[in-house]
Amino acid sequence: MHITCRYVAMLRERRGLDEEVVEVPPGTTVSELYRSLFPAPAVPVGFAVAHRQVHAGHALSDGDEVVFLPPVGGG
Amino acid sequence: MHQLTDGPIDVAQVRATVSHPGHGAILVFEGVARDNLAGPRVELLAYEAYAELAVPVMEAIAAEAEQSFGAAVSMVHRTGRVGIGEASLVIAVGTPHRPECYEASRYVLEQVKQRLPVWKKEITEDGSEWKANAPT
Repeated sequence: MHITCRYVAMLRERRGLDEEVVEVPPGTTVSELYRSLFPAPAVPVGFAVAHRQVHAGHALSDGDEVVFLPPVGGG
Repeated sequence: MHQLTDGPIDVAQVRATVSHPGHGAILVFEGVARDNLAGPRVELLAYEAYAELAVPVMEAIAAEAEQSFGAAVSMVHRTGRVGIGEASLVIAVGTPHRPECYEASRYVLEQVKQRLPVWKKEITEDGSEWKANAPT
């Protein structure tokens, strides 16, 4: 499956990319994808797929766009 | 009105959106960039938002405040560079009476700080660092 990963804030800087397309096996979850892209020590994150927040065990589908959400700092 | 903006926030405009003949109380909260967090002097803040999710989160928080407190809520958050002394966040709340106005304003602010997908970088005289809000 091809998944578009979009990076924000410190994750964008750490990855050195705004976004990229990665290939993952069917059934891969968002947290598995995150761990494969950001080996420990990883920033704890939430997950959004197609602009909706999902839980860590959410299984990806081909063509999904994922955004990893680091701890927020608005206000 | 729930918006992100890369320019100065028009506070009067945000306030006007919650003004209503039935509202006897209006509170306007401004979150302001400051220079004195622990450590080196902060020269400016840079905010980044995930806009496609941030606006729906603002709408959800406002809907919760309406449901719980009967409040009309508008909020605007800055993106990009924000100078010291400038508002990074404006929340306007209007309600019929004052007790629920204070409660709703506080509720919206705390939810924004925990849930809004916006990230802050402090740019100091010594460099820069991403800063997260403390969990409640």
